[in-house]
Amino acid sequence: MESIDIARAQLLSPTGLVDEDLNKALSTILGGAIDTADLYFQSQVREAWSLDDGIVKDASYSRQRGVGVRAIAGEKTGFAYSDDIEMSALLESSRAARSIAKASNSIIAPPQHIQTGHDLYVQDSPFDTLNEHQKMDLLRQADEIARQADPRVKQVMVSLVGMHEVILIARSDGLLAADVRPLVRFNISVIAEQNGRREQGSMGGGGRFDYHQFIRENSVEAFAKEAVRQALVNLEAKDAPAGKMTVVLGPGWPGVLLHEAVGHGLEGDFNRKETSAFSGRIGEHVASAGVTVVDDGTLKNRRGSLNLDDEGTPTQCTTLIEDGVLRGYMQDRLNAQLSGTVSTGNGRRESYAHLPMPRMTNTYMLAGEQAPEDIIASVDHGFYAVNFGGGQVDITSGKFVFSASEAYMIENGKITYPVKGATLIGDGPDVLTRVSMIGNDLQLDSGIGTCGKEGQSVPVGVGQPTLKVDGITVGGTQA
Amino acid sequence: MSEQESVTNAVDSDKAMDIEQVVTDAIQYAKKKGADHVEISARNDKGYSVSARLGDIETLEHHNQRALGVTVYRGKAKGSADSNDIRPSAIEDIIDAALSMASFTAEDEAAGLADVELMAMNYPELDLDRPWELEPDQALKIAMQCEETARADERIVNSEGASVSTIRSQSIYANSHDFLGHYASTRHSISCSVVAADEKGMQRDYWYSVARDADALDAVETIGLKARERTLRRLNARSLSTREVPVLFEPNIARSILGHFFSAINGAALYRDASFLTDDLGQNIFPDWLSISENPHIKTALASSPFDAEGVRTQARDIVSDGVLQGYILSSYSARKLNMTTTGNSGGVHNIRLPESQYTQDDLIKQMGSGVLLTELIGNGVNPVTGDYSRGAAGFWVENGEIQYPVQEITIAGNLKEMFQRIVAIGNDVDTCGGIHCGSMLMDQMTIAGSAE
Repeated sequence: MESIDIARAQLLSPTGLVDEDLNKALSTILGGAIDTADLYFQSQVREAWSLDDGIVKDASYSRQRGVGVRAIAGEKTGFAYSDDIEMSALLESSRAARSIAKASNSIIAPPQHIQTGHDLYVQDSPFDTLNEHQKMDLLRQADEIARQADPRVKQVMVSLVGMHEVILIARSDGLLAADVRPLVRFNISVIAEQNGRREQGSMGGGGRFDYHQFIRENSVEAFAKEAVRQALVNLEAKDAPAGKMTVVLGPGWPGVLLHEAVGHGLEGDFNRKETSAFSGRIGEHVASAGVTVVDDGTLKNRRGSLNLDDEGTPTQCTTLIEDGVLRGYMQDRLNAQLSGTVSTGNGRRESYAHLPMPRMTNTYMLAGEQAPEDIIASVDHGFYAVNFGGGQVDITSGKFVFSASEAYMIENGKITYPVKGATLIGDGPDVLTRVSMIGNDLQLDSGIGTCGKEGQSVPVGVGQPTLKVDGITVGGTQA
Repeated sequence: MSEQESVTNAVDSDKAMDIEQVVTDAIQYAKKKGADHVEISARNDKGYSVSARLGDIETLEHHNQRALGVTVYRGKAKGSADSNDIRPSAIEDIIDAALSMASFTAEDEAAGLADVELMAMNYPELDLDRPWELEPDQALKIAMQCEETARADERIVNSEGASVSTIRSQSIYANSHDFLGHYASTRHSISCSVVAADEKGMQRDYWYSVARDADALDAVETIGLKARERTLRRLNARSLSTREVPVLFEPNIARSILGHFFSAINGAALYRDASFLTDDLGQNIFPDWLSISENPHIKTALASSPFDAEGVRTQARDIVSDGVLQGYILSSYSARKLNMTTTGNSGGVHNIRLPESQYTQDDLIKQMGSGVLLTELIGNGVNPVTGDYSRGAAGFWVENGEIQYPVQEITIAGNLKEMFQRIVAIGNDVDTCGGIHCGSMLMDQMTIAGSAE
């Protein structure tokens, strides 16, 4: 079944709305200074199961639906939403949204045409593929594997979350688009104890696929063992160093570096407003030769992927940095138009109750040619970080942080001992110019990233090969 | 912006009025369908926010968000569900979903409603509902005026805008102990963020004010002026070399240090041994001059609450007396897991206060001598299990009690358990924008890492 038909059936039919009604609503908004308008219908079903203290004790189910109406006049945006999807509420939200500009004679929205997107994931509800007993077995299995892996494991928390979303976008230029989006996530955290010292480890994964994939790929066992391994490593960790030093970053999730250091700074809104440390720098060298960074929303089944974005634009692979040179920004429609360019399919929003803005999808650096072991062997004294928590950036000054949760010292080309987690801080426009070696081991993260911007959260992916950076400040306690 | 709409409509008002009936009916329905106990909370936030940028309106967002959540218990097994649809048929659907979940979850001895004798049957009126009679075009004028004040310096080259927001919330909580509590509250804010530049680059900073009563907001000019001054003073910032020195946290970030303390003494972390303060009740956590109290019943305060998220009566108490930990932050669930009684903190802490201080921030800067005045923290490098702390920071280098120059691209690190003991003074510059009212906080030593040689 086409996404558009599923969307009509789930979002419009229950209250008797048809495509023409959407055009009628849009026509009440257009006119005067209003350039464009769009309607965003959404229905979302979410379930979550969690295990703690050895039993599955919490389970929740959530259902949200509503429609957001946006009216744009130049740089001005009016916005209103309703959790009732029916004609009178739609018209009322339309009036409220269009109050951003003076009233005038309305103009009729053009005839509709359907925009289809990619076909990157299944349409079926991701959580109907397992029954409730199977879901609980997955949680208990992770708990058992973790506890059996090592007697020092004292606590295990496991969660399984599934989401199924249907969206429908109607734009004043006549575009009508829909998407049906699954999203699942499995997570395990453990606490291990030894001689009175407690440390944690956690691992998880997910993406736009169904629960069955966790069973097919036996991921639960791998996640549980990995979480235990991290906690046990941390039990041996010594205090982290403080100061500027050579840092080697592992492949995969450490790509959160790219997300913070360059990703946010290359979002179109900040660059249109010229508040980013990267503003006006297209064509300049912002990274070492060999560094190529892309944002790719078209990867099959990935957490950050979308068939089309929340403005109806199909996602694409956008080159941000090519061989060290800044090539492009990530755009939504509003910022693209105001900047004289076109959307790159990065217009995203948390829900119908939030305005879209330029957001990342899956952001990663392409592989280089060095073997990871050669990269480590090249370091006399340095910090090797393989797992991270999150990060944050001040896009205006360009200063960013990301926090290691598993790290080691490197001495004379060898990994010596584990050190406690520490925050790493650097300068976005500068840090990639310090990349001196790029591994041949590109990995994407396991599907765990959530990005926050202006109070809105969206799922994203990151990735990178092993990287050597000559000089980042490591924020440990040992000065 | 003309043709201003009144976004309230008759349908919504009707819904607000019979929400008590809707909730009562829902509890009956759940019991009829097999729930031994049930609790329901619902909320409607309504209002708008206007932002101005570079002297003109940028966005006008109307908000009207509903949420209704239900938790059912079959014996000691629990299931939850929520929806933004409050039509009776939709509520029945989510109750059915919650009951279905509860037929799969395991029996848990600690699960259940809070004990009936703890219900806030006669809860106080806390004067939290102070609507702001303000039309969006008036709000726009305030935002524009705020931004104009902030931009009144040629070094302010750009702006992220100023915004004015006003929200009125209706909250209701009811459970099968026959408790039903209902109150309205408001929250108004003005904020502004601008960008300054010089040959060394750009800097951004902001200021804001938030209150339940618009009259309690800082003057628009004050907010604009603070946003301007805070941004300008960051220009030409440099990093530091790595060192161990005292640090002084400004009030708006000092609050986060106490926030980590409250997370560490939260029952949910304690019963899992997932905290660095698991066996510390009755122990000296802070220096003996420091006490921490909680008062949920301060009229019009932002973190006041007549009852907690389980209907439990809230009350004033000392959490720390003369440096000694007196009690935890508990819900009924975590309390049962720890063989204790809930402290009425399901949903968080209420209006935290520290002892009065005679010291201004300048006094504390002088007392610090040489060290870093911290004005911003970024990132989340805090390990709740070990207390290990490492975050990015920006602020000012202070020498001989005088501010020398702005600093950025540094980290501060330590261990929270030690950091709490290292607090040597608190300022009288108390910031009440939040649940934790705190002045500047002087700590006698932390590790600073930076990129300077």
